[in-house]
Amino acid sequence: MTLKDFMNEAISPWMRENGPDSDIVLSSRIRLARNFADAVFPTVATEEELEEIKAFFKSSYDQQSFDDYQDLEFISIQDLSTIERRVLVEKHLISPLLAKNTQAGATLISSNEQVSVMVNEEDHIRIQLYYPGLQLAKALKKAFAFDDWLETKVNYAFDETKGYLTSCPTNVGTGMRASVMMHLPALALTKQLNRMIPAINQLGLVVRGIYGEGSEALGNLFQISNQITLGKSEEDIISDLQGVVQQLIEHERHARERLMQQSPTKLADRIYRSLGVLEYSRIMESKEAANCLSDVRLGIDLDMIKNISCTILHELMVLTQPGFLQHYAQKALTANERDVLRATLIRERLQLEK
Amino acid sequence: MECQECHKRPATIHLTQVIHGKKMQINVCEECAKLKGYFTYPEEAYTLHNLLTGLFNFDSPKMESGTNNTPIQHRNDLQCPTCELTFSQFKRSGKFGCATCYDAFSSQLDPILRRVHSGNTKHAGKIPKRKGGNLHLKKQMEDYRNQLKTLIEEEAFEQAAKVRDQIKALDAQIREEEAGDDK
Ligand SMILES: [Zn+2]
Ligand SMILES: [Zn+2]
Repeated sequence: MTLKDFMNEAISPWMRENGPDSDIVLSSRIRLARNFADAVFPTVATEEELEEIKAFFKSSYDQQSFDDYQDLEFISIQDLSTIERRVLVEKHLISPLLAKNTQAGATLISSNEQVSVMVNEEDHIRIQLYYPGLQLAKALKKAFAFDDWLETKVNYAFDETKGYLTSCPTNVGTGMRASVMMHLPALALTKQLNRMIPAINQLGLVVRGIYGEGSEALGNLFQISNQITLGKSEEDIISDLQGVVQQLIEHERHARERLMQQSPTKLADRIYRSLGVLEYSRIMESKEAANCLSDVRLGIDLDMIKNISCTILHELMVLTQPGFLQHYAQKALTANERDVLRATLIRERLQLEK
Repeated sequence: MECQECHKRPATIHLTQVIHGKKMQINVCEECAKLKGYFTYPEEAYTLHNLLTGLFNFDSPKMESGTNNTPIQHRNDLQCPTCELTFSQFKRSGKFGCATCYDAFSSQLDPILRRVHSGNTKHAGKIPKRKGGNLHLKKQMEDYRNQLKTLIEEEAFEQAAKVRDQIKALDAQIREEEAGDDK
């Protein structure tokens, strides 16, 4: 497999497009949790019951198309290798929980990978829909239309006062989790983000790192999402989220300007050093790669680095995850082998830009 | 109760898992839960963590360890007639078993929902097309009324008149459907 072919496989088509505010917002996602009214939830269901649901999805939706979402492909998790499962997780098309649920888990993925449906995760149905940049309202509209289309064949578990009924009480009501993936290097660098998080939490929104564990956010990539699903309409939830995201964008832009004014040489040094590391290293751990990629992306946004496409951060963050590296190598790799391959892939990817 | 994996630390996480069609209770400490991958999905870990540390604070963990490891089956424990999940099981796992659970546990549910959803207990969003009946139309009506109010406040009277016509038409439609239901 050539690197170009591999990248074409690794990067979802929608990720290559730029959306509004895509210098800071990488993507917007809407996730809707739904269940069948007349089947017990996957949390207590037997394998046979879950198999029935899986079979229903295969017969009803495999190779079907709706709107922009063509040729939905039904994939049974148990037909995938461990590495293939991991690849779907790293592309954010399925959750780690579904990847582990090998017996009854399945997914439907549209050919442009903008929409995926997880079957038999914690709920029977979880619709996920992505848009590049900050486009929550558009994503919601599309997710609703897709939901309506699925619903023509399913009787959803719904209660007039409690809304869509879900396995976990944290999802009941709208069943919606709206989230925005943001690159916030200047706020992280100036340690302002940590101070903002409590205030954001107060508004019923959650901030967390996308890659890495605990409080550390690799690549300065953060996900902001709603926590409350009951008592507010989907439109109100996303408009609250949108408001906070817009404020974060302003703060981030302001912090970038300040950095440029106050310590331009220091900032340039950091960015070009990181570019050098990415271009010449032979061994690279994921943490180092993430930090350097974040710096280079900032350099691109600040017009310091030209001739490198701005999708490089998103692309290489996904491409250099353990599952993808092993998929590229077509075999299992040790951590050390992964670090060598990671460095090689990044170098080659940067060569493609020249 | 001690952790069933390491037998050292106290079990702080209690999960119900279905393995080969059988419900299994899993009682582990936080470290072993992470190690064994009972929750590795950040989103899941977050909500579970929340549920397990505070939001569901009905039984204090101290009281539980003082009962000589025998789980008390409350005599008045609610049980779902459809999936047979008990309310105590729900409190431990934080997960419902089916749609009927919501009815079966309804008397105990609102305080939990209030804690999780900032005081809210009533759905205010989308309604399924199939089930909605004229709920749809009623929600649409509410939206129109809100629109009308805003338009009048903004003194956009031309548009307001249009919305008022839509309200009239919708009102007629609702009446017609309700009359149809009575037959
Ligand atoms: Zn343990
Ligand atoms: Zn039940």
